[in-house]
Amino acid sequence: MKTMKLAIAALAGTLLAGQALAQDKPKELVVGIATFLSGPASVFGVPGRNAADLLIAEINAKGGVLGVPLKPVYVDEGAGTNQLLSEYRRVVQEQGAQVMLGAISSGSCNALAPVAEDLKVVNVMWDCGTQTIFEDGKWKYSVRTQAHAGAEMMATLLYLMKVKPDFKTVAVVNQDYAWGRESWALLQAGLKALKPDVRVVAELFPKFGAPDFSTEITRLSALRPDVVISTSWGGDLDTFVQQAAARGLLKQSTFVLPLAESSLERLGNVLPEGVIVGSRGDHYWLHPKYKNTPEMQSFVKAYKDKTGVYPIYPTFHMQQALTGLQKAYEKAGAGGKWPSKEEVIAAFEGLEFKSLTGTITIRQDHQGLEDQLLGTTKRVPDYPFAVYDKMALYPGKLVTTPLGEKSLDWFAKVKPDLVTDKSIETFDYAK
Amino acid sequence: MARQLVFGAALIAALAVFPLFSPWSTVILTVALCEGLAALGIMVLLRAGQVSFGHGLFFSFSAYAVAFMAAAKVGHEALVLIPVGMAASGLLAAIVGLFVVRYRAIFFGMLNLAISMVFFSLLEKLFSITGGADGKRVPRPTFAGVEFGREQFELATFYVTLVLCILAALFVARYLLSPGGKALEAIKSNETRLEYLGVSPRKVLYGAYLLSGLLAGLGGAIIALVSGHVTPELAYWVRSGEFVFIAILGGIGGVAGPFLGALMFQIIRGYAAVYAPETWHAVLGVMLLVIIFFAPAGLYGIVAGKGGKAQREEGGR
Amino acid sequence: MPPEMLLLAALDGLAYGSLIFLVAVGLSLIFGVLGIVNVAHGSFYAIGAYVAAAGVLALGAAGLPTWLAFPTLLIAAALVGILVGGLVEIALLRRVYGKEEVLQLIVTFAVFMILEDAQKVVFGVQPYFANAPMNWLGTVEVFGIFYTTYQLILMPLVALAVLVGLRFFLRRTSFGRAIVAVTQDREAATAMGIDAARVYLITFIIGASLAALGGALASATTSLTPGIGAGTLVLSFAVAAIAGLGRIEGAAVAALLIGLGRSAAVYFAPEFDVLIPYLIMMVVLLVRPQGLFSTVQTRKV
Repeated sequence: MKTMKLAIAALAGTLLAGQALAQDKPKELVVGIATFLSGPASVFGVPGRNAADLLIAEINAKGGVLGVPLKPVYVDEGAGTNQLLSEYRRVVQEQGAQVMLGAISSGSCNALAPVAEDLKVVNVMWDCGTQTIFEDGKWKYSVRTQAHAGAEMMATLLYLMKVKPDFKTVAVVNQDYAWGRESWALLQAGLKALKPDVRVVAELFPKFGAPDFSTEITRLSALRPDVVISTSWGGDLDTFVQQAAARGLLKQSTFVLPLAESSLERLGNVLPEGVIVGSRGDHYWLHPKYKNTPEMQSFVKAYKDKTGVYPIYPTFHMQQALTGLQKAYEKAGAGGKWPSKEEVIAAFEGLEFKSLTGTITIRQDHQGLEDQLLGTTKRVPDYPFAVYDKMALYPGKLVTTPLGEKSLDWFAKVKPDLVTDKSIETFDYAK
Repeated sequence: MARQLVFGAALIAALAVFPLFSPWSTVILTVALCEGLAALGIMVLLRAGQVSFGHGLFFSFSAYAVAFMAAAKVGHEALVLIPVGMAASGLLAAIVGLFVVRYRAIFFGMLNLAISMVFFSLLEKLFSITGGADGKRVPRPTFAGVEFGREQFELATFYVTLVLCILAALFVARYLLSPGGKALEAIKSNETRLEYLGVSPRKVLYGAYLLSGLLAGLGGAIIALVSGHVTPELAYWVRSGEFVFIAILGGIGGVAGPFLGALMFQIIRGYAAVYAPETWHAVLGVMLLVIIFFAPAGLYGIVAGKGGKAQREEGGR
Repeated sequence: MPPEMLLLAALDGLAYGSLIFLVAVGLSLIFGVLGIVNVAHGSFYAIGAYVAAAGVLALGAAGLPTWLAFPTLLIAAALVGILVGGLVEIALLRRVYGKEEVLQLIVTFAVFMILEDAQKVVFGVQPYFANAPMNWLGTVEVFGIFYTTYQLILMPLVALAVLVGLRFFLRRTSFGRAIVAVTQDREAATAMGIDAARVYLITFIIGASLAALGGALASATTSLTPGIGAGTLVLSFAVAAIAGLGRIEGAAVAALLIGLGRSAAVYFAPEFDVLIPYLIMMVVLLVRPQGLFSTVQTRKV
């Protein structure tokens, strides 16, 4: 019986702790951060958290947001959606988080958006990409500080058309979950509009986390498509590229890997020249326009000192989310008063702020406009891994689905003159 | 016996007042109760010495049934969705049970695992229907005809769940004392003798299987409503393993055991999520080992003391 | 579809089947002797893979010749089997042999949860790979398609060697015979002076080493990420169940069946490749619950 009392007391302790909520300027601003700390997607989640630790320490060292220091609380997305939802609630209701950054997976974002509405908490979607969130729904409390899959895939398509205009056959090998399916649906709609004569020779959706792609690679070797597209990432992408490279497939077809920036350093000498790579935005630590800015140099150095590797796109997404948040608070609290959550979320609309690699604009539907950088791999003596060359920078406005339209419809009517639009800047690799 | 009643009442009372003091705990407690229901189903089977590593099947089946109905606006009412979801899993258990009750021990466990993994793979693969790995959103239905806001809906669901859990626990307790329930223990100890007595072990086990499927289905239906989202992960074998984990953690000596186990599971997970977000699996694993080696009758055994089901004396300490 | 494609699909299935066989045969052996379904088996696979990859990477960093990677894979597998497997047997399993099956199962489940996190703490979450051995062996060309020698020839050879070696060990060596004797009748074997505890320990170490060997071999071809153990475990469950638990030759046939079924699915019904192993497992269990290759159930309850 004694044990039971103890257990109940422990339960009560957890439940009752930290109920205090302040409407005036709080002692600290609790920011809940949903990220993958376990499971295969922790290849993004843990860099995201490392960046958050670094950036928050930096913000706090400079006096915090409106003089209030930030306090991060992490929630593991890898524990499953149901567990994530209750953890998310707990961080808001028990730990008094005023802002949540959630999340990486589009599935999580879809699940969290209505919860954020219910809880009336500012929810910054810091990494997830599905375009359907703000196209199919209207969320007052959620905002996204980066581009969506529509912009990412449109830029990929335009770049492919620019550097390899004469391809006839294409195959796709995507992970079997929403991102893999949705990104292919978009690309396919766009291909049909831009190059109606292209033949899709194989659509393969291996299981998420598949350890072996031998059969897929054999099929592709036999089919010999001009272009192989894969929006895979993390361990899946690494495995696929390794096995394909070992069997000569990378030389046989042009590979389009829109998320490969996050694998470049790990893949080292596996990735040859001539592969089309992207980073879900304009993020690249060797960004042709921004690599020498003091902000970028100090970020790259701090991150590399802390983790031993170069920053990848989730760390830039985290930087955008935290910077956007800080700017929104500053805008909402310009009168000297601590802003309410509603004032903060309202301040996001139309907000424009500088990220490490460009400028982000938040549209009135809470979708961020962000430029897209694509390139072709090149091997240089400066680094033991491939770098971007023949880069093209697509302005966010050009490649993002216009307000009020759905991406799939917009892709279906895209015009070829977009490929050569004047606003696209190009760069070559320079040391 | 009296001690168990007092303990049960204390547990219920504690649960009933908790959410009033700390509103955020409502959902977590509801989730714990849902997992407790599934673990209660596991416990019924454990009484017959059978372990299922596939009850995620029934848990997820009703959850998806609810998700599909709610999305199609069919019966957009919590008090309709819960029994219908439960009935759907019951029906599935009635069919699956026809096959699995012929097997015992490891084969029983494996077959359950195989069937649930087939369902899991289908949920992931049939992307256009099920939403694949990202799952489906479950729009919040009305409750007894009323459109509740979030807090009231959560509170109402919690109390309905609590009542349903009490009813389920009482029913299972009665069932275990009934001839059918007694026969279950005979399957574990000596199945042949049961046959000599003219009782069909398969029929007995079939009844238990149906009951366990219904219980898991009830838990799944509610969890779909309260979290507003379903994913294939509900059917994954690790989830099924957690139900067995919870049943063992709580102890199978009494019907309060699985609920106790589920609450403890959530508490540990909650603490671990705060203090060891990267190693909460390990924390749970160590906890389980401690229970198995030092209190094999589970939490229930600790609480109920020697008056509990003292199958293994060392557990009653 | 040209007929040679069938052969090509079969070649892919062979490599994949060999890998699952290594893991499944360890699981099967442990069950056959100890009567325990070892859920932590997937973790041995994963840890074997991580340790082997770390070893191979260390070799590379030290500038040593690449061929040394092959003995490194073997050493890594044996180390993991002896240290991790041995520790689990001595510290935990030994205490639950007399207990209910459920309890034994759940102990290994707890070990699985602990080891999953231990991997993350030790090796981190970034994908980890060491492909030097695969690239070093080069490729072979079949009908104009390149295969890696590593996957097409080395992996099936290792699987074959393990199969033949295990058969020889169990039938021709005195310790192997002692294992068989303990499996058939522990009391009688003990009465004859066989140290059953030692037999259990060594069997468990062998089984764990085989899983680790599977992981070590896989580490050259695939990226290691958190969670690889869980997926492999269910697959090897399927193989062991299809073959009949405790059946060693059966496991080889079943692994091949799954490998071929899966690669056939990628050609003819790509939507269903993940379903194949579980469907085969379900059908086999329904028709022949003791598995395809078991004759009579000899284990006593």
